[in-house]
Amino acid sequence: MALDRITLSRFRNHAETALDAAAHFNLLVGENGAGKTNVLEALSLLAPGRGLRRAGLSDLAQAGGAGGFSVGASLAQPDGADPVRLATYARADQPNRRRVQVNGAEASANGLSEWLALGWLTPAMDRLFSDSAGARRRFLDRMVLALEPAHAHHSARYEAALRERNRLLADEREPDPAWLEGVERHLARHGALIAQARARTVAALVDELATLPAEPFAVPLIALEAGGPAAEEDLALALAQGRRRDRQAGRTLTGPHRDELLVTMAGKMMPAADCSTGEQKAMLIALTLAHAGLAARGRPGVLLLDEVAAHLDPVRRAALFDRLRQGAAQVWMTGTELAPFEDIRGEAAVWRVEGGRVMRA
Amino acid sequence: MASTEIERLASALARLPGLGPRSARRAVLWLVKHRERALPELLEALGGVQDNLSECPQCGNVDTRVPCGICSDLRRDARSLCVVEEVSDLWALDRARLFTGRYHVLGGRLSALDGVRPEDLSIDQLLGRVEAGGIDEVVLAMNATLEGQTTAHYLAERLESFPVRVTQLAHGLPVGGELDYLDEGTLAQALRARRPVG
Repeated sequence: MALDRITLSRFRNHAETALDAAAHFNLLVGENGAGKTNVLEALSLLAPGRGLRRAGLSDLAQAGGAGGFSVGASLAQPDGADPVRLATYARADQPNRRRVQVNGAEASANGLSEWLALGWLTPAMDRLFSDSAGARRRFLDRMVLALEPAHAHHSARYEAALRERNRLLADEREPDPAWLEGVERHLARHGALIAQARARTVAALVDELATLPAEPFAVPLIALEAGGPAAEEDLALALAQGRRRDRQAGRTLTGPHRDELLVTMAGKMMPAADCSTGEQKAMLIALTLAHAGLAARGRPGVLLLDEVAAHLDPVRRAALFDRLRQGAAQVWMTGTELAPFEDIRGEAAVWRVEGGRVMRA
Repeated sequence: MASTEIERLASALARLPGLGPRSARRAVLWLVKHRERALPELLEALGGVQDNLSECPQCGNVDTRVPCGICSDLRRDARSLCVVEEVSDLWALDRARLFTGRYHVLGGRLSALDGVRPEDLSIDQLLGRVEAGGIDEVVLAMNATLEGQTTAHYLAERLESFPVRVTQLAHGLPVGGELDYLDEGTLAQALRARRPVG
């Protein structure tokens, strides 16, 4: 199985937790606050970024402890070679620095994506379609990043240049055109690469979604509404021409930081934000599965589904399990009870979670 | 624990870049052990620097001579001028002795967020040197960071009206570097700056 021999040490409410003999389906069952999602969060840190809660590092260490935590897992290799040991941790004396090890050697967090494609769906994402455009951009960017690791580099550079330009424009004095142009060159270069990477990911997702049956999951139609030109020269020109307007607005009004991910429900042709809660959830699942299919090409995939099964009716639930069973990605799911998982109970590895302790059921 | 004088020396050394309390204590112990020779040598060197150190009025280098050793070196090519952000960059370039011209130290880089503006850098002095004539080429040797490259772009614009060739250090593949280990940003730069063979 993709991930196995998982260890959590001083992580959230887990003092020392070990999960062995994982399967394709892995279920964590327990009451609210038992520490189920904490296990998923720990696994989500085996990818670049801040994990599925977007938490700060200092929040991850066990409360009342000395600070610092560690998470480790063995990743099976497709060719039957020895598993690769992935670990991420923060030391007690430097609790704000995330460290990563691959087979015991220091590595970069971005390097983790070379080994593993991780995707997740959490209840917090239920509001995605009615949330801000920024939340949907972050959602999209996480999907882009899983397919194109360089996206993180360009995003960081772009953000830095954007802050610099906005500061220049906010100045009381008329900003120096030569200085602005220097900053805008960076914006245009990295911004164009960001816009193009997003467009590629959306196009790939559209193709992947097109292969899905319309039932029982509502199929989302997705499109990228560009916040600016996607070609470098055009973006540079748009920025130069927008200086006066942007100075009045107090911020930069063109560029990929204004991109919007548009989601519509096929069939009804209704904006996702106007669909029912259940339909929205079904579209999120469809998107997550489509992306998992794309991301797992060429490397093992893992899907973390927090409280997903309980909110689906039996027909959709059975269909979800069917798709997950056919998919290559290993699946980790949580629930407050075992009943909704009856269909896969026999083939799943089940753990009971209680007060930060995990017992094989 | 050690006496106050020794403590004072240790804490003064600890503030130096790259040291820290532990290394500073080690350095102090070494000095105490070799006080016969090392201490007078160090005192003399420090005194000499304190008495004579100054910033070169022409290029901004720090030296004990005015103008600095580089500006007053007649064997150097006065027609070629290399612009750097900091004195440390000048020293790094000159260590290799590959550049035979003269230098100009800006004293930083443009950064709106840090509040560093063109007038905070020695840009007017640079333009003055170029305007005075006798310079054929200005080499912009800024760091490959957002601020460094923005500064280079700004300088290139300001130098446009002068009859000088403005060049910039190349970005891309490091010597001895393997493509497989390069980040995408560097690879993209290297590809962008590719040139005909031969």
